Amino acid sequence: MSSSGRIQVARVVLSKDLRIERRSKVLTSQIIPFAVVTLVLFAFALDGDAILQRTAPGLVWIAMLFSSMIIVQRNFAVETSDGALDALRVAGADMSAVFWGKWLALVIQLLVLEVVLLIGAFVMYGIEFRGPGVVLLVTSSISATCGLSAVSTIYAGLASGVRGRESLLPLLVMPVASPVLIGATRAAEAAFGTGGTVVSEGWPWLGVLSVFAVVFSFGGSLAFGPLIDD
Amino acid sequence: MTIDTPPITAATQRRGTSTPATRVIGILTISMTIWLGVFGLVLSPADRDQGDAVRIMYVHVPSVWLAYLAFIVTALASGVHLFGRRHSLQADRVAGASAEIGVVFMAVTLVTGMLWGRITWGVYWQWDARLTTTALLFISYVGYLAVRGLEGTREQRARRSAIVGLFAVLEVPLVHWSVKLWRSLHQEATVLGTDLDVSLDGLMLFSLFVGVVAFTLLFVWLLLHRSRMLTMLDLSAESGLESALAQRRAEGGASA
Repeated sequence: MSSSGRIQVARVVLSKDLRIERRSKVLTSQIIPFAVVTLVLFAFALDGDAILQRTAPGLVWIAMLFSSMIIVQRNFAVETSDGALDALRVAGADMSAVFWGKWLALVIQLLVLEVVLLIGAFVMYGIEFRGPGVVLLVTSSISATCGLSAVSTIYAGLASGVRGRESLLPLLVMPVASPVLIGATRAAEAAFGTGGTVVSEGWPWLGVLSVFAVVFSFGGSLAFGPLIDD
Repeated sequence: MTIDTPPITAATQRRGTSTPATRVIGILTISMTIWLGVFGLVLSPADRDQGDAVRIMYVHVPSVWLAYLAFIVTALASGVHLFGRRHSLQADRVAGASAEIGVVFMAVTLVTGMLWGRITWGVYWQWDARLTTTALLFISYVGYLAVRGLEGTREQRARRSAIVGLFAVLEVPLVHWSVKLWRSLHQEATVLGTDLDVSLDGLMLFSLFVGVVAFTLLFVWLLLHRSRMLTMLDLSAESGLESALAQRRAEGGASA
Protein backbone atom coordinates (compact mmCIF):
# COMPACT_ATOMS: atom_id res chain seq x y z
CA MET A 1 0.00 0.00 0.00
CA SER A 2 1.36 3.44 -0.93
CA SER A 3 2.05 6.02 1.75
CA SER A 4 -0.80 8.25 0.54
CA GLY A 5 -3.09 5.21 0.75
CA ARG A 6 -1.94 4.61 4.31
CA ILE A 7 -2.59 8.21 5.29
CA GLN A 8 -6.04 7.95 3.74
CA VAL A 9 -6.83 4.77 5.71
CA ALA A 10 -5.64 6.42 8.93
CA ARG A 11 -7.75 9.49 8.18
CA VAL A 12 -10.85 7.43 7.42
CA VAL A 13 -10.47 5.40 10.64
CA LEU A 14 -9.89 8.60 12.63
CA SER A 15 -12.91 10.40 11.22
CA LYS A 16 -15.06 7.27 11.63
CA ASP A 17 -14.12 6.96 15.32
CA LEU A 18 -14.75 10.63 15.96
CA ARG A 19 -18.05 10.51 14.05
CA ILE A 20 -19.22 7.52 16.13
CA GLU A 21 -18.28 9.48 19.24
CA ARG A 22 -20.06 12.61 18.06
CA ARG A 23 -23.24 10.69 17.35
CA SER A 24 -23.25 8.42 20.38
CA LYS A 25 -21.97 11.12 22.79
CA VAL A 26 -20.55 8.48 25.14
CA LEU A 27 -17.59 10.71 26.05
CA THR A 28 -19.74 13.63 27.09
CA SER A 29 -22.65 11.73 28.59
CA GLN A 30 -20.82 8.94 30.41
CA ILE A 31 -17.05 9.15 30.56
CA ILE A 32 -16.62 12.80 31.50
CA PRO A 33 -19.25 12.49 34.27
CA PHE A 34 -17.47 9.33 35.47
CA ALA A 35 -14.13 11.17 35.59
CA VAL A 36 -15.67 14.10 37.48
CA VAL A 37 -17.33 11.72 39.96
CA THR A 38 -13.90 10.14 40.51
CA LEU A 39 -12.47 13.58 41.34
CA VAL A 40 -15.31 14.20 43.79
CA LEU A 41 -14.78 10.79 45.41
CA PHE A 42 -11.07 11.52 45.82
CA ALA A 43 -12.08 14.69 47.64
CA PHE A 44 -14.33 12.68 49.96
CA ALA A 45 -11.60 10.11 50.63
CA LEU A 46 -8.82 12.66 51.20
CA ASP A 47 -10.75 15.15 53.24
CA GLY A 48 -8.69 18.31 53.57
CA ASP A 49 -7.87 21.21 51.23
CA ALA A 50 -4.11 21.04 51.80
CA ILE A 51 -3.88 17.33 50.98
CA LEU A 52 -6.03 17.74 47.89
CA GLN A 53 -3.96 20.62 46.61
CA ARG A 54 -0.77 18.65 47.23
CA THR A 55 -2.01 15.47 45.54
CA ALA A 56 -4.09 17.10 42.77
CA PRO A 57 -1.71 16.27 39.85
CA GLY A 58 -1.60 12.59 40.84
CA LEU A 59 -5.35 12.40 41.31
CA VAL A 60 -6.01 14.00 37.94
CA TRP A 61 -3.77 11.46 36.20
CA ILE A 62 -5.21 8.50 38.09
CA ALA A 63 -8.68 9.63 37.01
CA MET A 64 -7.31 9.96 33.44
CA LEU A 65 -5.87 6.46 33.50
CA PHE A 66 -9.11 4.90 34.76
CA SER A 67 -11.25 6.80 32.30
CA SER A 68 -8.93 5.99 29.40
CA MET A 69 -9.51 2.29 30.05
CA ILE A 70 -13.24 2.79 29.49
CA ILE A 71 -12.75 4.89 26.35
CA VAL A 72 -10.38 2.43 24.73
CA GLN A 73 -12.56 -0.57 25.59
CA ARG A 74 -15.42 1.17 23.84
CA ASN A 75 -13.32 2.18 20.84
CA PHE A 76 -12.51 -1.46 20.22
CA ALA A 77 -15.91 -2.86 21.18
CA VAL A 78 -17.43 -1.05 18.19
CA GLU A 79 -14.82 -2.69 15.95
CA THR A 80 -15.23 -6.25 17.14
CA SER A 81 -18.99 -6.42 17.71
CA ASP A 82 -19.68 -6.00 13.99
CA GLY A 83 -16.49 -7.67 12.79
CA ALA A 84 -15.34 -4.27 11.49
CA LEU A 85 -11.65 -5.06 11.97
CA ASP A 86 -12.05 -8.25 9.95
CA ALA A 87 -13.78 -6.27 7.24
CA LEU A 88 -10.90 -3.79 7.16
CA ARG A 89 -8.45 -6.66 6.89
CA VAL A 90 -10.37 -8.32 4.10
CA ALA A 91 -10.53 -4.95 2.33
CA GLY A 92 -6.73 -4.94 2.36
CA ALA A 93 -6.36 -1.94 4.68
CA ASP A 94 -2.87 -1.49 6.11
CA MET A 95 -3.09 -2.38 9.78
CA SER A 96 -0.42 0.07 10.90
CA ALA A 97 -2.49 2.83 9.27
CA VAL A 98 -5.53 1.56 11.19
CA PHE A 99 -3.40 1.76 14.34
CA TRP A 100 -2.45 5.39 13.67
CA GLY A 101 -6.10 6.28 13.00
CA LYS A 102 -7.33 4.72 16.20
CA TRP A 103 -4.37 6.12 18.13
CA LEU A 104 -5.10 9.68 17.04
CA ALA A 105 -8.82 9.32 17.72
CA LEU A 106 -7.99 8.20 21.26
CA VAL A 107 -5.46 11.05 21.71
CA ILE A 108 -8.13 13.61 20.77
CA GLN A 109 -10.72 12.10 23.12
CA LEU A 110 -8.23 11.89 25.98
CA LEU A 111 -7.14 15.50 25.48
CA VAL A 112 -10.76 16.65 25.76
CA LEU A 113 -11.10 14.61 28.95
CA GLU A 114 -7.88 16.09 30.31
CA VAL A 115 -9.05 19.66 29.82
CA VAL A 116 -12.24 18.83 31.75
CA LEU A 117 -10.28 17.15 34.55
CA LEU A 118 -7.88 20.08 34.86
CA ILE A 119 -10.79 22.50 35.09
CA GLY A 120 -12.33 20.19 37.70
CA ALA A 121 -9.08 20.16 39.69
CA PHE A 122 -8.86 23.95 39.39
CA VAL A 123 -12.35 24.36 40.79
CA MET A 124 -12.42 21.58 43.38
CA TYR A 125 -8.79 21.12 44.46
CA GLY A 126 -7.60 24.71 44.19
CA ILE A 127 -4.63 24.18 41.84
CA GLU A 128 -3.09 27.30 40.35
CA PHE A 129 -1.96 27.83 36.77
CA ARG A 130 1.25 29.86 36.56
CA GLY A 131 2.48 31.63 33.43
CA PRO A 132 5.70 29.67 32.71
CA GLY A 133 4.15 26.43 33.97
CA VAL A 134 1.45 26.41 31.32
CA VAL A 135 3.88 25.57 28.49
CA LEU A 136 5.24 22.65 30.52
CA LEU A 137 1.75 21.50 31.42
CA VAL A 138 0.52 21.57 27.82
CA THR A 139 3.60 19.87 26.29
CA SER A 140 3.88 17.20 28.99
CA SER A 141 0.14 16.47 28.85
CA ILE A 142 0.26 16.03 25.06
CA SER A 143 3.32 13.72 25.28
CA ALA A 144 1.78 11.70 28.11
CA THR A 145 -1.50 11.37 26.21
CA CYS A 146 0.31 10.18 23.06
CA GLY A 147 2.15 7.51 25.09
CA LEU A 148 -0.93 6.41 27.01
CA SER A 149 -2.95 6.23 23.83
CA ALA A 150 -0.30 4.09 22.11
CA VAL A 151 -0.07 1.56 24.95
CA SER A 152 -3.86 1.38 25.29
CA THR A 153 -4.37 0.92 21.54
CA ILE A 154 -1.79 -1.90 21.33
CA TYR A 155 -3.22 -3.87 24.22
CA ALA A 156 -6.85 -3.17 23.35
CA GLY A 157 -6.10 -4.53 19.87
CA LEU A 158 -4.62 -7.62 21.47
CA ALA A 159 -7.56 -8.14 23.82
CA SER A 160 -10.25 -7.26 21.28
CA GLY A 161 -12.68 -10.06 20.60
CA VAL A 162 -11.48 -12.11 23.56
CA ARG A 163 -13.62 -13.11 26.51
CA GLY A 164 -12.64 -11.38 29.73
CA ARG A 165 -10.97 -8.44 27.97
CA GLU A 166 -12.54 -5.93 30.37
CA SER A 167 -10.42 -7.21 33.24
CA LEU A 168 -7.39 -8.18 31.16
CA LEU A 169 -6.82 -4.75 29.63
CA PRO A 170 -6.14 -2.83 32.88
CA LEU A 171 -3.82 -5.63 34.03
CA LEU A 172 -1.78 -5.27 30.85
CA VAL A 173 -1.87 -1.49 30.48
CA MET A 174 -1.42 -0.24 34.06
CA PRO A 175 2.13 -1.53 34.72
CA VAL A 176 3.34 -0.44 31.28
CA ALA A 177 1.72 2.96 31.66
CA SER A 178 3.35 3.60 35.04
CA PRO A 179 6.14 5.79 33.54
CA VAL A 180 3.39 7.95 32.01
CA LEU A 181 1.66 8.29 35.36
CA ILE A 182 4.91 9.14 37.16
CA GLY A 183 6.16 11.52 34.48
CA ALA A 184 2.90 13.33 33.87
CA THR A 185 2.24 13.74 37.60
CA ARG A 186 5.68 15.15 38.30
CA ALA A 187 5.58 17.47 35.33
CA ALA A 188 2.15 18.73 36.42
CA GLU A 189 3.43 19.24 39.98
CA ALA A 190 6.28 21.37 38.63
CA ALA A 191 3.84 23.29 36.44
CA PHE A 192 1.49 24.03 39.36
CA GLY A 193 4.33 24.59 41.82
CA THR A 194 2.94 21.93 44.16
CA GLY A 195 5.02 21.47 47.31
CA GLY A 196 7.39 24.31 46.39
CA THR A 197 8.61 22.73 43.12
CA VAL A 198 9.85 25.00 40.35
CA VAL A 199 9.03 24.73 36.64
CA SER A 200 12.59 23.73 35.67
CA GLU A 201 12.21 20.49 37.67
CA GLY A 202 9.51 19.39 35.27
CA TRP A 203 11.44 19.48 32.01
CA PRO A 204 13.33 16.15 32.46
CA TRP A 205 9.93 14.49 32.77
CA LEU A 206 8.93 15.82 29.38
CA GLY A 207 11.94 13.90 28.04
CA VAL A 208 10.81 10.64 29.68
CA LEU A 209 7.26 11.10 28.39
CA SER A 210 8.45 11.87 24.85
CA VAL A 211 10.73 8.83 24.70
CA PHE A 212 7.89 6.67 25.98
CA ALA A 213 5.44 8.07 23.43
CA VAL A 214 7.84 7.59 20.50
CA VAL A 215 8.86 4.03 21.51
CA PHE A 216 5.33 2.77 22.06
CA SER A 217 3.72 4.59 19.14
CA PHE A 218 6.17 3.23 16.58
CA GLY A 219 6.41 -0.16 18.32
CA GLY A 220 2.62 -0.30 18.32
CA SER A 221 2.31 0.53 14.63
CA LEU A 222 4.69 -2.36 13.84
CA ALA A 223 3.04 -4.84 16.21
CA PHE A 224 -0.59 -3.99 15.48
CA GLY A 225 -0.73 -5.89 12.18
CA PRO A 226 0.52 -9.23 13.56
CA LEU A 227 -1.70 -8.80 16.64
CA ILE A 228 -4.91 -8.32 14.67
CA ASP A 229 -3.96 -10.57 11.79
CA ASP A 230 -5.03 -13.89 13.26
CA MET B 1 -21.18 -37.15 27.13
CA THR B 2 -17.56 -36.75 28.11
CA ILE B 3 -14.65 -37.05 25.77
CA ASP B 4 -12.63 -40.16 26.51
CA THR B 5 -9.04 -40.02 27.60
CA PRO B 6 -6.87 -39.42 24.52
CA PRO B 7 -5.33 -42.59 23.12
CA ILE B 8 -1.69 -43.09 23.95
CA THR B 9 0.31 -42.06 20.91
CA ALA B 10 3.99 -42.61 20.28
CA ALA B 11 4.73 -39.09 21.50
CA THR B 12 2.95 -39.47 24.81
CA GLN B 13 4.01 -43.03 25.43
CA ARG B 14 7.16 -42.09 27.31
CA ARG B 15 6.46 -41.77 30.99
CA GLY B 16 7.16 -38.32 32.32
CA THR B 17 9.31 -35.57 30.93
CA SER B 18 12.69 -36.70 32.15
CA THR B 19 15.68 -37.78 30.11
CA PRO B 20 19.13 -38.86 31.33
CA ALA B 21 20.32 -35.28 30.87
CA THR B 22 17.56 -33.78 33.04
CA ARG B 23 18.18 -36.45 35.69
CA VAL B 24 21.85 -35.42 35.86
CA ILE B 25 20.86 -31.73 36.06
CA GLY B 26 18.28 -32.60 38.73
CA ILE B 27 20.81 -34.44 40.88
CA LEU B 28 23.30 -31.59 40.45
CA THR B 29 20.60 -29.08 41.45
CA ILE B 30 19.72 -31.02 44.59
CA SER B 31 23.36 -31.39 45.64
CA MET B 32 24.08 -27.71 44.99
CA THR B 33 20.97 -26.74 47.00
CA ILE B 34 22.12 -28.88 49.94
CA TRP B 35 25.52 -27.25 49.62
CA LEU B 36 23.84 -23.83 49.60
CA GLY B 37 21.94 -24.78 52.77
CA VAL B 38 25.14 -25.82 54.50
CA PHE B 39 27.05 -22.71 53.45
CA GLY B 40 24.18 -20.28 53.89
CA LEU B 41 22.89 -21.51 57.24
CA VAL B 42 25.97 -23.03 58.92
CA LEU B 43 29.35 -22.12 57.49
CA SER B 44 28.92 -18.47 56.50
CA PRO B 45 29.15 -16.00 59.38
CA ALA B 46 26.37 -13.71 60.61
CA ASP B 47 26.76 -10.12 59.50
CA ARG B 48 28.13 -7.51 61.91
CA ASP B 49 25.20 -5.13 61.36
CA GLN B 50 22.40 -7.30 60.02
CA GLY B 51 22.99 -10.44 62.09
CA ASP B 52 21.41 -13.62 60.77
CA ALA B 53 19.09 -11.63 58.47
CA VAL B 54 21.91 -11.55 55.96
CA ARG B 55 21.25 -15.23 55.24
CA ILE B 56 18.05 -14.24 53.42
CA MET B 57 20.39 -12.82 50.77
CA TYR B 58 21.49 -16.32 49.75
CA VAL B 59 17.99 -17.01 48.47
CA HIS B 60 17.02 -13.46 47.54
CA VAL B 61 19.89 -12.62 45.19
CA PRO B 62 19.91 -15.96 43.30
CA SER B 63 16.14 -15.83 42.84
CA VAL B 64 16.21 -12.32 41.37
CA TRP B 65 19.03 -13.44 39.09
CA LEU B 66 16.93 -16.43 38.03
CA ALA B 67 13.87 -14.26 37.40
CA TYR B 68 15.81 -11.84 35.19
CA LEU B 69 17.41 -14.75 33.35
CA ALA B 70 13.96 -16.27 32.82
CA PHE B 71 12.53 -13.02 31.43
CA ILE B 72 15.47 -12.63 29.06
CA VAL B 73 14.98 -16.21 27.85
CA THR B 74 11.26 -15.42 27.36
CA ALA B 75 12.14 -12.38 25.24
CA LEU B 76 14.69 -14.30 23.17
CA ALA B 77 12.32 -17.22 22.59
CA SER B 78 9.52 -14.76 21.72
CA GLY B 79 11.84 -13.14 19.18
CA VAL B 80 12.68 -16.54 17.69
CA HIS B 81 9.00 -17.33 17.35
CA LEU B 82 8.01 -13.96 15.89
CA PHE B 83 10.91 -13.32 13.53
CA GLY B 84 12.02 -16.89 12.81
CA ARG B 85 11.13 -18.27 9.39
CA ARG B 86 9.30 -21.27 10.85
CA HIS B 87 7.44 -19.37 13.61
CA SER B 88 8.39 -22.26 15.86
CA LEU B 89 5.75 -23.22 18.42
CA GLN B 90 8.49 -24.91 20.43
CA ALA B 91 10.09 -21.48 20.93
CA ASP B 92 6.70 -20.22 22.14
CA ARG B 93 6.49 -23.05 24.68
CA VAL B 94 9.99 -22.28 25.93
CA ALA B 95 8.97 -18.61 26.28
CA GLY B 96 5.85 -19.58 28.24
CA ALA B 97 7.67 -22.04 30.49
CA SER B 98 10.43 -19.54 31.18
CA ALA B 99 7.97 -16.76 32.05
CA GLU B 100 6.14 -19.04 34.48
CA ILE B 101 9.40 -19.83 36.26
CA GLY B 102 10.35 -16.15 36.21
CA VAL B 103 7.06 -15.08 37.81
CA VAL B 104 7.41 -17.66 40.59
CA PHE B 105 10.95 -16.58 41.40
CA MET B 106 10.09 -12.90 41.13
CA ALA B 107 7.47 -13.59 43.82
CA VAL B 108 10.14 -15.35 45.90
CA THR B 109 12.39 -12.30 45.42
CA LEU B 110 9.67 -9.90 46.55
CA VAL B 111 8.71 -11.97 49.60
CA THR B 112 12.29 -12.58 50.76
CA GLY B 113 13.10 -8.91 50.10
CA MET B 114 10.15 -7.78 52.19
CA LEU B 115 11.12 -10.09 55.06
CA TRP B 116 14.66 -8.75 54.95
CA GLY B 117 13.34 -5.19 54.77
CA ARG B 118 11.16 -5.70 57.84
CA ILE B 119 14.15 -6.90 59.85
CA THR B 120 16.67 -4.38 58.55
CA TRP B 121 14.66 -1.24 57.74
CA GLY B 122 11.74 -1.88 60.08
CA VAL B 123 9.22 -1.78 57.20
CA TYR B 124 8.15 -4.33 54.62
CA TRP B 125 8.20 -1.94 51.71
CA GLN B 126 9.95 1.22 50.62
CA TRP B 127 9.28 3.10 47.39
CA ASP B 128 12.84 2.66 46.30
CA ALA B 129 13.53 2.63 42.55
CA ARG B 130 14.64 -0.98 42.46
CA LEU B 131 11.73 -2.27 44.56
CA THR B 132 9.16 -0.38 42.52
CA THR B 133 10.60 -1.55 39.21
CA THR B 134 10.67 -5.14 40.43
CA ALA B 135 7.05 -5.01 41.54
CA LEU B 136 5.93 -3.53 38.22
CA LEU B 137 7.92 -6.12 36.32
CA PHE B 138 6.25 -8.86 38.34
CA ILE B 139 2.77 -7.52 37.51
CA SER B 140 3.70 -7.18 33.83
CA TYR B 141 4.64 -10.83 33.59
CA VAL B 142 1.51 -11.88 35.46
CA GLY B 143 -0.23 -10.04 32.61
CA TYR B 144 1.89 -11.95 30.10
CA LEU B 145 0.73 -15.23 31.62
CA ALA B 146 -2.87 -13.99 31.47
CA VAL B 147 -2.40 -13.35 27.74
CA ARG B 148 -1.12 -16.91 27.32
CA GLY B 149 -4.30 -18.15 28.97
CA LEU B 150 -6.58 -16.39 26.47
CA GLU B 151 -8.82 -18.36 24.17
CA GLY B 152 -7.72 -19.01 20.60
CA THR B 153 -5.55 -21.29 18.54
CA ARG B 154 -1.98 -22.14 19.48
CA GLU B 155 -0.68 -19.87 16.75
CA GLN B 156 -2.76 -16.95 18.05
CA ARG B 157 -1.54 -17.59 21.58
CA ALA B 158 2.05 -17.74 20.40
CA ARG B 159 1.91 -14.53 18.38
CA ARG B 160 0.04 -12.50 21.00
CA SER B 161 2.26 -13.60 23.85
CA ALA B 162 5.45 -13.11 21.80
CA ILE B 163 4.51 -9.47 21.19
CA VAL B 164 3.61 -8.93 24.86
CA GLY B 165 6.87 -10.66 25.86
CA LEU B 166 8.90 -8.30 23.69
CA PHE B 167 7.04 -5.20 24.93
CA ALA B 168 7.51 -6.34 28.54
CA VAL B 169 11.28 -6.45 28.05
CA LEU B 170 11.16 -3.07 26.33
CA GLU B 171 9.46 -1.57 29.34
CA VAL B 172 12.17 -2.75 31.79
CA PRO B 173 14.67 0.05 31.04
CA LEU B 174 11.90 2.65 30.61
CA VAL B 175 10.18 1.83 33.88
CA HIS B 176 13.49 1.60 35.70
CA TRP B 177 14.69 4.91 34.31
CA SER B 178 11.50 6.76 35.17
CA VAL B 179 11.29 5.27 38.66
CA LYS B 180 14.92 6.13 39.34
CA LEU B 181 14.34 9.68 38.19
CA TRP B 182 11.18 9.78 40.32
CA ARG B 183 13.15 8.80 43.42
CA SER B 184 16.10 11.02 42.70
CA LEU B 185 13.86 14.08 42.52
CA HIS B 186 12.04 13.13 45.67
CA GLN B 187 13.00 12.78 49.26
CA GLU B 188 15.25 9.90 50.08
CA ALA B 189 14.23 7.21 52.53
CA THR B 190 14.39 8.94 55.88
CA VAL B 191 14.49 6.09 58.38
CA LEU B 192 17.26 4.11 56.84
CA GLY B 193 18.88 4.45 53.44
CA THR B 194 18.19 1.60 51.07
CA ASP B 195 21.74 1.33 49.88
CA LEU B 196 23.44 -0.11 52.89
CA ASP B 197 27.14 -0.47 52.32
CA VAL B 198 27.39 -4.21 52.31
CA SER B 199 30.96 -5.35 51.97
CA LEU B 200 30.91 -9.09 51.71
CA ASP B 201 33.51 -11.28 53.27
CA GLY B 202 34.97 -14.18 51.30
CA LEU B 203 32.76 -16.94 52.67
CA MET B 204 29.60 -14.88 52.22
CA LEU B 205 30.53 -14.17 48.62
CA PHE B 206 31.24 -17.84 48.02
CA SER B 207 27.88 -18.86 49.54
CA LEU B 208 26.19 -16.38 47.25
CA PHE B 209 28.05 -17.85 44.30
CA VAL B 210 26.88 -21.35 45.30
CA GLY B 211 23.33 -20.00 45.43
CA VAL B 212 23.55 -18.48 41.96
CA VAL B 213 24.92 -21.74 40.48
CA ALA B 214 22.24 -23.83 42.27
CA PHE B 215 19.42 -21.58 41.07
CA THR B 216 20.74 -21.47 37.50
CA LEU B 217 20.76 -25.27 37.43
CA LEU B 218 17.27 -25.25 38.91
CA PHE B 219 16.13 -22.91 36.14
CA VAL B 220 17.53 -25.17 33.40
CA TRP B 221 15.95 -28.20 35.02
CA LEU B 222 12.54 -26.58 35.47
CA LEU B 223 12.62 -25.08 31.98
CA LEU B 224 13.32 -28.41 30.31
CA HIS B 225 10.58 -30.18 32.23
CA ARG B 226 7.99 -27.46 31.92
CA SER B 227 8.49 -26.85 28.20
CA ARG B 228 8.27 -30.59 27.55
CA MET B 229 5.12 -30.69 29.61
CA LEU B 230 3.62 -27.86 27.57
CA THR B 231 4.45 -29.81 24.40
CA MET B 232 2.67 -32.83 25.82
CA LEU B 233 -0.34 -30.73 26.80
CA ASP B 234 -0.56 -29.44 23.23
CA LEU B 235 -0.23 -32.96 21.86
CA SER B 236 -2.83 -34.22 24.27
CA ALA B 237 -5.27 -31.46 23.24
CA GLU B 238 -4.67 -32.39 19.61
CA SER B 239 -5.15 -36.13 20.07
CA GLY B 240 -8.18 -35.45 22.30
CA LEU B 241 -9.78 -33.55 19.42
CA GLU B 242 -8.87 -36.26 16.93
CA SER B 243 -10.33 -39.01 19.12
CA ALA B 244 -13.52 -36.97 19.65
CA LEU B 245 -13.83 -36.52 15.87
CA ALA B 246 -13.26 -40.25 15.32
CA GLN B 247 -15.92 -41.01 17.90
CA ARG B 248 -18.47 -38.74 16.22
CA ARG B 249 -17.68 -40.31 12.85
CA ALA B 250 -18.10 -43.79 14.34
CA GLU B 251 -21.47 -42.75 15.79
CA GLY B 252 -22.50 -41.38 12.39
CA GLY B 253 -21.44 -44.65 10.76
CA ALA B 254 -23.39 -46.74 13.30
CA SER B 255 -26.63 -44.79 12.85
CA ALA B 256 -26.42 -44.83 9.02
